[in-house]
Amino acid sequence: MSDKPMTLAEKLWRDHLVVEGENGAPDLLYIDLHLIHEVTSPQAFDGLRQAGRDIRRKDLTIATEDHNTPTQDIHLPIAEPTSRAQVQALRDNTKEFGVRIHSLGDKNQGIVHVVGPQLGLTMPGLTIVCGDSHTSTHGAFGSLAMGIGTSEVEHVLATQTLPLQPFKTMAINVEGTLRPGVSAKDIILAVIAKISTGGGQGYVLEYRGSAIRSLSMEGRMTICNMSIEAGARAGLVAPDEITFEYLKGRPHAPEGADWDAAMEDWKLLKTDDDAVFDAEVFIDANTLDPFVTWGTNPGQGVSLMDSVPNPADYENPNERAAAERALEYMDLKAGTKMKDIAVNTVFLGSCTNARIEDLRAAASIIKGRKKADGIRMMVVPGSQRVRMQAEEEGLDQIFKDFGAEWRFAGCSMCLGMNPDQLASGERAASTSNRNFEGRQGKGARTHLVSPVVAAATAVRGTLSAPADLES
Amino acid sequence: MERISVFEGIAAPLKRSNVDTDQIIPAVYLKRITKTGFEDGLFASWRQDPEFVLNQPAYQGAAVMIAGSDFGTGSSREHAVWALRDFGFKAVFSPKFADIFRGNSGKQGLIAGEISDADTELLWSLIEANPGVQVRVDLPAQQLSLGDVIVPFEIDEYTKWRLMEGLDDIGITMQSADAIASYEAKRESWKPTTLPAKGV
Ligand code: SF4
Repeated sequence: MSDKPMTLAEKLWRDHLVVEGENGAPDLLYIDLHLIHEVTSPQAFDGLRQAGRDIRRKDLTIATEDHNTPTQDIHLPIAEPTSRAQVQALRDNTKEFGVRIHSLGDKNQGIVHVVGPQLGLTMPGLTIVCGDSHTSTHGAFGSLAMGIGTSEVEHVLATQTLPLQPFKTMAINVEGTLRPGVSAKDIILAVIAKISTGGGQGYVLEYRGSAIRSLSMEGRMTICNMSIEAGARAGLVAPDEITFEYLKGRPHAPEGADWDAAMEDWKLLKTDDDAVFDAEVFIDANTLDPFVTWGTNPGQGVSLMDSVPNPADYENPNERAAAERALEYMDLKAGTKMKDIAVNTVFLGSCTNARIEDLRAAASIIKGRKKADGIRMMVVPGSQRVRMQAEEEGLDQIFKDFGAEWRFAGCSMCLGMNPDQLASGERAASTSNRNFEGRQGKGARTHLVSPVVAAATAVRGTLSAPADLES
Repeated sequence: MERISVFEGIAAPLKRSNVDTDQIIPAVYLKRITKTGFEDGLFASWRQDPEFVLNQPAYQGAAVMIAGSDFGTGSSREHAVWALRDFGFKAVFSPKFADIFRGNSGKQGLIAGEISDADTELLWSLIEANPGVQVRVDLPAQQLSLGDVIVPFEIDEYTKWRLMEGLDDIGITMQSADAIASYEAKRESWKPTTLPAKGV
């Protein structure tokens, strides 16, 4: 067993095995870090109370408020009663059970997947779970990070373990150099368009290759974040110097002898040379364009240089029907150039693209420019700390001068649980991760884009690449 | 959890593929803090269309859903399963489920059984020829029957066993308390703890 070459995912699995399942029973895995937010936890705490159970490891658990929180006037009580009740329930539950929480107004408050890495709690070699599908974000550090349901939240609270069926492994090899204006977001949108929204099902994806190695941690997080949009349970990038550099000195990063011990372990965290993946996918980074979605699932994307596809061109009847339905919902005609699509709103935010690097990238495009007439642009930093850092760097002023709204941290228009919603029929270029029907508001239409495409789109009013601003 | 074995119920055809959990229950219903009463959120936006299958008189009280491929994709919200369950569904059949949805179903006593594409089409046409027809779900035999048509379905052995025994996950894991404690005893010292809180 020990001699068999292993993939990174298999090593992480082996290192966390508490009980090996027999006769089809799942393996029991230890969970190193459990992140909690207000939406998927109340029923879990309720379950603990009903069963008279306590939290096994409060010291491996941390909560923040993000999905429901307003992004302006945050000193006021949350206006919407159900949102307020959910946030209050989290505050009450964490107090009752003794869990660390970062509440609205706290400098560590923000989207749960931004908060973990910025505190240095997310590090290589861990198992990380959260009652949120985009927990896959944390896989960028070389951890096995998975979204779980509320029953599983309760299970982890009670036992610090999770019964899991083994996954298959898939290598996503991205080789080459990205052209200017092309970023991590475009890689992952291209991957999903290639393998489809169900293509990753049952798999842990490992992103590999020179294009991945040269990405910053922010870019790797963007990619791992959207693994779930390909149906995968998790996405991974093997840790390297870029990972260690990002981590060093963060509040919860190991120090001194612990750092050295960690480095010993972390250096082993890579797929063995002759390990075999269950599936492999190849993407040429050299030829990638900025990628945007035209439909209502993240797999319905094309190059920004292309046009809205014609459903009649799909051979698979299911895909054809889905494309027809998507075009109807999106109010788009086959053959329309993507760049001719005008939007009402540009949303720069979410756990996919609201880290400091994303804000810097967008700011560099709009600096000294004015937004197009009639366009609304919202900038919602991923966390309060990102907001503070952006303000130190003067990015907030660039956004304000441009005519954008500078907001407080949270999930915001990514899913519209707070007041930040699109009206029915409105169209957005959004740096978030889901373009489902109604995701950003009932009847709202979403085009997923990278931060620089979002910025260029806000300048021109139609879906645009940064290069379009020069002509 | 209730033990499940063999039951009969009205089958409703949901002739769509890629039904994501945002459609099964829109985000606005996730704000609740209770674990029951989610039936009103089930397919809330689709149900505004009077023609939608669950609005048709023949399918009132449906307990079994026959859906297109890739059911339950997207968000991990378990509320999707609660909404189906609270609405009265005991089983959903589809050629393919999203992993998280399937996992959540097993934990809440909802059967998520995989049937072939051809059988899905067959069941749709049989049901539509006779709306409101009862089907019989036999979990031990992994069979779905409608009149004399019998369709096999796939479900993993472990989930099947748990559904049949009505077992709660936490209770099963608690039996491994010693193994958990000994794993913890040898956990690496560099691994992070959230307490005491740093960076505040
Ligand atoms: S930003 Fe969007 S995708 Fe990310 S956790 Fe919040 S709601 Fe989910």
